[in-house]
Amino acid sequence: MINRIDVSSVLRTTVSSLYSNLVTRPTGAAVRLGIEHQLDEIGDRALAILDFSHVRLLDFSCADEIVAKLLLQYVSLDMQRREVYFLFYGMSESHMDAIETVLQRHSLALVTQLADGNPCLLGVIDDDQRRIWETMRQLGSADPSEVAVSAGISADHAERALQDLWRRRLVIREENGYVALCGPPSGVRADALAATDHSSSKMS
Amino acid sequence: MTKVIEVPFSLDDQSFEQIFEALAPLPPDEKILIDARRTRWASPYGLTALLTLAQTRLQKPTLAIPELDDTATYWARTQFFHFAADLYEINGKIPRARSTEDLDVLLPLTPVAKTEDIHGVVDKIQNKAQAMLIGTLHLEPSATMRFTMALSEICQNVIEHAGRGGWVAVHSYRWQKRLGRRVVVIAVCDAGIGFRQSLESAHGPRATDRWDDGMALEETVMRGASRYRDPGRGQGLAGVRKFIHDWTGKFSVRSGTARIAIVPEWDSDVPMREDLPFFPGAQVQITVPERIVP
Repeated sequence: MINRIDVSSVLRTTVSSLYSNLVTRPTGAAVRLGIEHQLDEIGDRALAILDFSHVRLLDFSCADEIVAKLLLQYVSLDMQRREVYFLFYGMSESHMDAIETVLQRHSLALVTQLADGNPCLLGVIDDDQRRIWETMRQLGSADPSEVAVSAGISADHAERALQDLWRRRLVIREENGYVALCGPPSGVRADALAATDHSSSKMS
Repeated sequence: MTKVIEVPFSLDDQSFEQIFEALAPLPPDEKILIDARRTRWASPYGLTALLTLAQTRLQKPTLAIPELDDTATYWARTQFFHFAADLYEINGKIPRARSTEDLDVLLPLTPVAKTEDIHGVVDKIQNKAQAMLIGTLHLEPSATMRFTMALSEICQNVIEHAGRGGWVAVHSYRWQKRLGRRVVVIAVCDAGIGFRQSLESAHGPRATDRWDDGMALEETVMRGASRYRDPGRGQGLAGVRKFIHDWTGKFSVRSGTARIAIVPEWDSDVPMREDLPFFPGAQVQITVPERIVP
């Protein structure tokens, strides 16, 4: 399932209808719980598009509570709850400042869709993984041997790198290979996915 | 007998040390008179620190307000007397508070005691900060959000670590004496437990010969230590440091008997002062200067 979650809307429904800024830890924790509640309803395998378009300000504390703690729950090997992939959308330069800082702190990475529709990796990721991720982005979907040929590396190397990227939920794993985490299928922009919050469509 | 403490002619973070010095040896139940009659100007630090000073006294202190009408009126416009009236016995006629719309008061004195207060502060300041930072200080447009993030993080420190509420104020003025340029100044002061005691509340005193307020400030402000074991903590002040560096701004934190500062080239302050007169809590100041447009 693909689900769009309007973070600003979660803020207004879980904390206060008067707020438009994501500031303070208690606010961030409440919003994260609201997002988790929505994720609980969308099944064991899903792509969640977290839409920050209507968030004015995101401070470090809120970025840590929402982004870092959410990712930590879904990319940690020890406590994977479900196979949930996150695509971050509508992030401004200042949002990215705060998010990049907390990603560095926790050695996390995420995929964000920029305003031009192109995906971008943020956070801590080594050059090798970044290269494989870029290859996957260009291919769209591929098995390890195709990635190996494109990237000019061995099949084993490609398999290991793709496995790492999948474990970090930076690529989607399917039965026959991997799919780039580049937003909704068929080039649909994340903001066009749904007119209402918490909408869903088939993931694959 | 009442002890009289004279407020300097010009009251800012530096000259406020004279008040701390006069206050430190006094028992908390001794009656004091804060004499501001000859004071002509006060920075947001001066005003917020005056309010927190009163919180530390067991016997309500007296405040003699500035004699100069312009000064007293300005203090009224910043909402100083609105809060001081509860904390001090006021000596002198308080001018009627008028709107701050025509002033360079980006944020009048505002209490910070709970999470909702920070949402209020952030909501209030955004539009005015944008006009001031971009229009007057010639900073890049993204500075507004970063400035507000810094403000939010500093205010959260009060709620999470002080153990009691404090005050925040943001003013803009021309800093002729030291810089010859316009500045925006954020001041956040509280009279809570301070940085050292906050760290000790979780980890106990450090096993080192030199565990004091200065070291606690180094640990928290420079190295991101926190009383919480959550590894995500301590990022707020690190983020503030980064922005201050980008803007060639100044950032100082006084707590207990020490004061740490990130000092830009344009200022002659020292990075660390120790053995200062004790004052509880934390007193934070951020100064962002006008950018010189080539």
